[in-house]
Amino acid sequence: MINQNLKLNPEIFAPDVKMVPIRQGFGEGLVEAGKQNKQVVALVADLTESAKVDAFKKEFPERFFEMGIGEQNMASVASGMAHMGKIPFIASYAMFSPGRNWEQIRTTIAYNNVPVKIAGSHAGVSVGPDGGTHQAVEDIAITRVIPNMEVICPCDAIQARKATIASAKTNKPTYIRLSREKTPLITTEDTPFEIGKAYTYWTAKDDKPKVGIIATGALLHKALKVADELSKEGIEIEVLNVITIKPLDVEAVVALAKKAGKLVTLEEHQIVGGLGGVIAETVTEHFPVKVIRVGVNDRFGQSGTSAELIEYYGMGEKDIKNAVLKLL
Amino acid sequence: MISEEMVRMLEIKANDIRQSIITMLVEAKSGHTAGPLGMADVFTAFYFCLLRHDPENPEWEERDLLVLSNGHICPVLYASMAHSGYFPIPELLTLRKFDSRLQGHPHREFLPALETSSGPLGSGLSQAVGMALALRLDKEKLENAKRMVYCFLGDGELNEGQNWEAMMLAGKEKLGNLIAIVDRNHIQIDGFTEDVMPLESLYEKWASFNWKVFEMHGHDFEEILSTVEQAKEIDDRPCVILSYNIPGKGVKDFENKPYWHGNPPNKEQGEMALLELQTARNIITEND
Repeated sequence: MINQNLKLNPEIFAPDVKMVPIRQGFGEGLVEAGKQNKQVVALVADLTESAKVDAFKKEFPERFFEMGIGEQNMASVASGMAHMGKIPFIASYAMFSPGRNWEQIRTTIAYNNVPVKIAGSHAGVSVGPDGGTHQAVEDIAITRVIPNMEVICPCDAIQARKATIASAKTNKPTYIRLSREKTPLITTEDTPFEIGKAYTYWTAKDDKPKVGIIATGALLHKALKVADELSKEGIEIEVLNVITIKPLDVEAVVALAKKAGKLVTLEEHQIVGGLGGVIAETVTEHFPVKVIRVGVNDRFGQSGTSAELIEYYGMGEKDIKNAVLKLL
Repeated sequence: MISEEMVRMLEIKANDIRQSIITMLVEAKSGHTAGPLGMADVFTAFYFCLLRHDPENPEWEERDLLVLSNGHICPVLYASMAHSGYFPIPELLTLRKFDSRLQGHPHREFLPALETSSGPLGSGLSQAVGMALALRLDKEKLENAKRMVYCFLGDGELNEGQNWEAMMLAGKEKLGNLIAIVDRNHIQIDGFTEDVMPLESLYEKWASFNWKVFEMHGHDFEEILSTVEQAKEIDDRPCVILSYNIPGKGVKDFENKPYWHGNPPNKEQGEMALLELQTARNIITEND
């Protein structure tokens, strides 16, 4: 059942559940962070509205910097500003930042260990019609591998807002993964969020799950729907939301591995190097259990609707349910 | 005008720094020779005259910022820092060794007095632009009006596209507190710059990006000092100084040869170089 302690959205399973793009939450959080701390600055590469920095630009025009279409320069300019005490947020599509500018992020931001926040929007295949060039399904892998870097993947717009505000208060280079399409609000203002902490959103009756699903990002909603459906069929599982991919809440992951004995991971990303990789590596070291990784499997995206692509690449509710059933 | 005593002092310092560079590279058995020797006069002019800095307080809030973009010439950076008092001169012998603060390419985590880490080419100018933007943003700090951001770049590294992104941005933002200095020595690893990837006309290229362009002979202290002072006066746009340098300058056998871009002298070559430099030093001091 839904973990009541977390005060999730009561309308979570309603057919007309409120849908908001995760990137929208980032935009709101950025304005909030800017109000809280005047050192917060924002840099964009010709995608102000699309990366949701327009509200910040309006509120703080003097702290807004348009780089033009140059993500490599943007990353290093932000590094220089951070060296001077600023907290720069650089916002673009994930494919271009941290995609195009990976080495600048690695060397000028992470190697220097300066607090630049990289907001990568349009992550995953759910970007839709733009096609595979614009669908980042490798971004978690390439950011989490960098020392000093923290990686956050919020499940809805409210969480994205909280993650953005929280990230402005850490001294760390941080990647915040965002998506383009409207997705269901899973959480509320009262739902707890802390960087580095994973939360159990669905608990099994008597705390005896047969399988544990570990999800990240908006697909979490599908995992919860599957958990509800399975519960009605008499199969109890637990669903853990890993919002911070790095540093991972190892304790929570290992506890679930011990409790359930079998895990399914779920992400809108390559199963290699992403959440599936993280969880497989972690349980292998601490408490080996069988893991089925649901996500994009060694393929590029393509044009289509968000829903079509999620289904086609094997991340639909049916796929999630089948993965669970396979483990029983 | 700069006094003769000042010129002589700088010539002696530059000679000492060149000797340290040779000693470090012989000891390290790897590293770059030509670039550090070629930039030794410019570095000396900065660390002993032009730069607002305090070696005893590297974090001084009113200091100028010096970003070394072509990190591979760091022997001249480390030697200049040691000779101006940032750390003991004998520490220079730890260059490129395990646990040394003097990493093969500068790493700020090991040596916090650096403004940044560098090595991968083409990223320094962007960082300098970021620093200059941040200084301008904090204009309520009155000292920021006096602070300059200097970025030292190699000429070969201008092959990297990121530089041109940074140049466009600095021109757009009219960063009068930014001065770039290009080590125009015409060599890079694969040969002469104009053979590897033609750069000329660098003057016109920078000017067309809305930078004020200066040229100077990088081994003439009077010219270095007066050119940088002129550039500091420009406050409505960024300035670049194309510094015409002789790679390997100070050791005849090393001058103008691409081989010495990325190779260190061996023990015999090092002894020969030190002898030549010591002889040159004796001539300067005899005039005292």
